[in-house]
Amino acid sequence: MIQPVAAALLAASVAAFSLLPTPALAQQKIKIGFITTMSGPQGVIGAYMKDSVELALDHLGRKVGGLEAEVVYGDDQTKPDVGVQVAEEMLKKHNVDIVAGIIWSNVMLAVQPVVNGAGKIMVGTNAGASPLAGSQCNPLYFSTSWNNDQTPEAMGKYLQDSGVNDLYVMAPNYQAGKDMVAGLKRYYKGRIVEEVYTKLGQQDYQAEITQLRSKNPKAVFAFYPGGMGIQFLRQYDQAGLRDKLPLYTVYTVDEISIPAVKDAAVGIKEARFWSPDLKNAASEKYVSDYKKKYGKLPVFYGAQSYDGIMLIDSAVKATKGNLKDAKALARAMQKANYPSIRGPFQFNVNHHPIQNFYLLDTVKLPSGDIEMRIQKTIFEKHKDSYYQDCKM
Amino acid sequence: MSWILIFEQLLNGVQLGLTLFLMAAGLTLVLGIMNLVNLAHGSLYMVGAYLTLAASQWTGSYVAGVLLGLAGTLVIGMLVEVVALRALYDRDHLDQVLATFGLILFFNELVAMLWGRASLYAQLPQYLRGHVELFSGSSYPVYRLSVIVVGLLVAVLLWYVVTQTRLGMLIRAGASNRTMVAALGINIRLLSTVVFGFGAVLAGLAGLMAGPIYSVQPGMGELILIQVFVVIVIGGIGSVRGALVGALIVGIVDTLGRAFLKPMLGAMLSPTAGEAAGPALASMLIYLLMAVVLALRPAGLFPARG
Repeated sequence: MIQPVAAALLAASVAAFSLLPTPALAQQKIKIGFITTMSGPQGVIGAYMKDSVELALDHLGRKVGGLEAEVVYGDDQTKPDVGVQVAEEMLKKHNVDIVAGIIWSNVMLAVQPVVNGAGKIMVGTNAGASPLAGSQCNPLYFSTSWNNDQTPEAMGKYLQDSGVNDLYVMAPNYQAGKDMVAGLKRYYKGRIVEEVYTKLGQQDYQAEITQLRSKNPKAVFAFYPGGMGIQFLRQYDQAGLRDKLPLYTVYTVDEISIPAVKDAAVGIKEARFWSPDLKNAASEKYVSDYKKKYGKLPVFYGAQSYDGIMLIDSAVKATKGNLKDAKALARAMQKANYPSIRGPFQFNVNHHPIQNFYLLDTVKLPSGDIEMRIQKTIFEKHKDSYYQDCKM
Repeated sequence: MSWILIFEQLLNGVQLGLTLFLMAAGLTLVLGIMNLVNLAHGSLYMVGAYLTLAASQWTGSYVAGVLLGLAGTLVIGMLVEVVALRALYDRDHLDQVLATFGLILFFNELVAMLWGRASLYAQLPQYLRGHVELFSGSSYPVYRLSVIVVGLLVAVLLWYVVTQTRLGMLIRAGASNRTMVAALGINIRLLSTVVFGFGAVLAGLAGLMAGPIYSVQPGMGELILIQVFVVIVIGGIGSVRGALVGALIVGIVDTLGRAFLKPMLGAMLSPTAGEAAGPALASMLIYLLMAVVLALRPAGLFPARG
């Protein structure tokens, strides 16, 4: 009676053992954790980022660096503590090899130490917190976007070069709002009529617009991201100012806000490192296939996320799929040897791109569609203002 | 600081106040009569905005869209009352807060599923665009003026219904003593449904008027709800008159604070003090006001219960 039992046990254990993958096979897979905001009013940005990651995987034949790829998505709900939770779950439960994504600077400042602390690479695809470009830079942290200050710096440079004076400045009253104005003032040296800081999340700007009009400025600079921008653009237009008083913005008019405000965005100028009409092979392929797959124009948040996956792909290829050696991966990433949507570029010593910034105008096309068009290059190969503080 | 500027800012304040009033009127009646803390009032505001948008796209007419949007909000409001809120009247406020918070999540996700998370474009008919010149050199958006007119009309209508009709008498009686009204043979359940539907329509009206100015997106109701609660706490719970006065005070104080606090502090103390404290103080001004009112008159300016 003993023998059949032992035989059965043996057979069972052999069967169980054969279900385990061999070590060689396990190495054939790469897991990427992608953190963004999927819920709440800002979930719309996360959707564009996720769609772009999926498009990148399509373009790569669902493989990253030749390895079968799995992307684990996480929702940070715009909260730093939730972001940390999600990142820890990705690292410990899903055993991801690389973490990417993240829209918000405050979430990134909380998540980056967790990911890098676990010896894994973090590829930021939007958040541009200045400490991470400067004193808190990390050999395992890369950004495929920009440092927060760079875009307002570009707008400041443009305003300075075009001799604009008597500028009225408006931004929400929080850290990023102050940073944007600081970036603007680093290059704009003309007269500022007034700096107005409104409540974060404010809906109604009629009182501020009335004050603005009473001061008779020559131009307005505004930073109103997300829903605030939609409200501000509408009310600026309804007050009859859009045709009379030129409005220069950063992170306010984009492919997410234009469908919501339509004509109220026409003629408003933005500064940006990329636009869907940028002419290079990688960008054109991304934009046309995005339009084909999702039926709308992509936005820069998505372009940066697409770029993040392509960057990871190039590094994994260069290290022949060896995911264990994060430092070797980082060295490969630093080369930026891939077709970026911004065209060829270099990473600075702080792992942030050295890149061009353009002036964009919002134009109504003969077809009636409203799109952004690059007008001129403001900065060529612009470095951020913090890289000297970065000691790696 | 010219008088024209101050007048224009007062007008802005009145306009903001009347938008708040439309929301506050419904909320204060529900809270006063049914003793129900309804956090989902903001969801009805959102539903009004979305339904109007969808209906005006479907019919191609703004007016038809508004009427269908209001009717739709009425139906949804009454449905919510019958299905979900009725069971909550006898529960304590914490249960009500939890349940109606659940409704907020439900409606936000429902709207996101139907229309997506992106903010929608709310078109205005040609006659409501543009601006009029009130004084030489100051132009005011026509749409904002029409919001003021609609708000005032609703205030008059509410005053008439509440003080001059039998329904209004029942509403007032319900706010003072719900049990006694029921004991006198009034169908308080039906009254509750009617009042709730009424409040929903007002919230929907506020939402559809806010659509073209603000942003039509899931969660838009929560952005205004806190200010509305401030209004009804200042005005006195259950009192429509209180809601009107409270809303106008909040609207005007908030607007004037945002416009003039920084220059005033700058002139009185120092420019740097104005820069630093002005925006921060302006954004908490209405809450300070609420604290003062609560300290002096804990039941609000016009308490409904005797």
